[in-house]
Amino acid sequence: MIKISNLHASIDGKEILKGLNLEVKAGEIHAIMGPNGAGKSTLASVLAGREEYEVTQGTVDFDGKDLLDLSTEDRAREGLFLAFQYPIEIPGVSNINFLRTSLNEIREYRGEEQISAKDFLAKVKDKSALVELDSKLASRSVNEGFSGGEKKRNEIFQMAMLEPKLAILDETDSGLDIDALRIVASGVNKLKSDKNATIVITHYQRLLDYIIPDFVHVLYDGRIVKSGPKELALELEEKGYDWIKAEVEAH
Amino acid sequence: MNDILQDSKLSAFVEKLSKTLLPLDQKITRKAQEVIESMDFPTTRNEAWKYTRLGKITGIKLENKIERVGNLSREKINSLFQVSKNGLTFVYENGLFRSDLSSGEFPKGATIKPLTGCSKEELKTLGTNIKLENEVFNAINTLFAVDGMFISVDKNVVITEPIQFIHLLSGSNTIANTRNYIQLAPFSKAEIIQSYYSLEAEKAFTNIINEINIAENAMLTINKLQCETENSFHISTDQVTQEKDSNFSINTITLNGTLVRNNLNIEVNGTNCETHLNGIYLLKENQHVDNHTIVDHKAPHCESHELYKGVIDDKATAVFNGKVFVRKDSQKINAFQSNANVLLSDDATVNSKPELEIYADDVKCSHGSTTGQLNEEAVFYLRARGISEKSARHLMVSAFIEDVITKIENEDVKNFTHSIIKERFGWEF
Repeated sequence: MIKISNLHASIDGKEILKGLNLEVKAGEIHAIMGPNGAGKSTLASVLAGREEYEVTQGTVDFDGKDLLDLSTEDRAREGLFLAFQYPIEIPGVSNINFLRTSLNEIREYRGEEQISAKDFLAKVKDKSALVELDSKLASRSVNEGFSGGEKKRNEIFQMAMLEPKLAILDETDSGLDIDALRIVASGVNKLKSDKNATIVITHYQRLLDYIIPDFVHVLYDGRIVKSGPKELALELEEKGYDWIKAEVEAH
Repeated sequence: MNDILQDSKLSAFVEKLSKTLLPLDQKITRKAQEVIESMDFPTTRNEAWKYTRLGKITGIKLENKIERVGNLSREKINSLFQVSKNGLTFVYENGLFRSDLSSGEFPKGATIKPLTGCSKEELKTLGTNIKLENEVFNAINTLFAVDGMFISVDKNVVITEPIQFIHLLSGSNTIANTRNYIQLAPFSKAEIIQSYYSLEAEKAFTNIINEINIAENAMLTINKLQCETENSFHISTDQVTQEKDSNFSINTITLNGTLVRNNLNIEVNGTNCETHLNGIYLLKENQHVDNHTIVDHKAPHCESHELYKGVIDDKATAVFNGKVFVRKDSQKINAFQSNANVLLSDDATVNSKPELEIYADDVKCSHGSTTGQLNEEAVFYLRARGISEKSARHLMVSAFIEDVITKIENEDVKNFTHSIIKERFGWEF
């Protein structure tokens, strides 16, 4: 589904990603962990197409397309979804209006019909139930006055509405209490299929009790330095990152 | 002094105009004459015109001709310019009443007619409340007003359908000096839609005064839609007095015009009044729009709410000056004023000056002004959901002004506003 090869990216002339390799296949869940400043959010930003980051080397193949060549909106239309670490409040723009515009622009790009009002509302009802998002929130302005937990649930709600091929959850668990975490995780699990894939970027092992990854990767100093099965997350939780740093520096 | 000013731009400007036939008091016309003879057009040295240059207007070489645009019909007017299909529609061209283009039914309990058809008695207060000293455009209007609309609503009468005033500007180098007179008797209620357009107009200028008196416990709403063309000029003065327990709302929507200046002067004379001033201005290219508002709270226990929002693109300039006076004995006043602007280009300009002058000590007043650009993080967020950059910006701009549009109660006015915005700017709601 996505193949990242030797990705180098910098911001304001400072190199953050230094040759990152990662391949995710359909049906898989990958967790990316790592200490602060390792480049986790940079990876999410580069994949989503944030313009302040400059890709200096490497390629990203997304289902046969050169991802780095696409605009942010076209990446989304091709089926890439980023759940934001800090969802933005957009006063005056209603969630509903925003999602309808979004769905329809994606459909138009794919040469599909616009969604009918009836189907759209049915879908909103169905998908908001999935993340236990009050339907009143769906008609409010995007994220305005939402609690932290509601904002994150709204991200997963949008993901459910847009049905991406690849979802990247950027620290979706940070700041969530255990109930909200369970709701978010169960939403992600219900959306999982053998046709889509998920990259979970997280700081804490806790989330991985609810979203079981197929692979865990450690991102350190702009590179993936270690990969393993889900047990690797437990080991990281227990021992921290120092042993990884030591391993890397020994090489 | 008069000798020197014989050569003023102002005296040349009015040279070809014919004197008004309206039955104004001689003292008033004499005063207006004096102002025109002794003054010239204000410059930016004048505080009230600090950010608005009048060169484009003063440079018009007026031609004294009354031309009528041919092939106009009621049907055409109604399909192009009528905001609401209901109620009475009065059409004016360059300040002259066009009965052949007007339509609809006269509401019961009100007198509505052209000003030139009014008796001296009916117009006995005409002009008495219009400031002439230092007010060149008011003086021009007073001396040269062609005609306008007279609306007088009787006591206890509620008019449900809106009264529409359509003002057409046509021809080149023309000036339309139009004067409207609106009075609401106690316990009456009415809504007026004023819309302004150009027809084959080139360097044409609307100079209009609305004199409005709202009696005890009466309610008046005015929706003003300014949609003239990119090369027309518009200066308006709305002089409003409110007596006790009255309610006045005005929505000023400026969508076109190369130079537009709106003076909104509201005197709140009685207690327990409510005043609502909402404004939207959407500018592009080289447009210049200046909103000057004054709310003068002369009596206690009143409320005023003012919300003006603007979106400025290209090299356009917006000016906002909102003044709220709270007089010494006007206690328990709640006055709120807000002006917010979004700049869509690096060359767009806003001069915003909210002012409060409070002489009472037990009041609740606030004012605020913001000017900024669209939040780029929000634009990115929308794009990350598959929305094109252009649509993302439109969504956000629409949301920004929709805040004011929702305050308009008349659905027809709302829809009309949306459709003109869509046509002129391509923004969807």
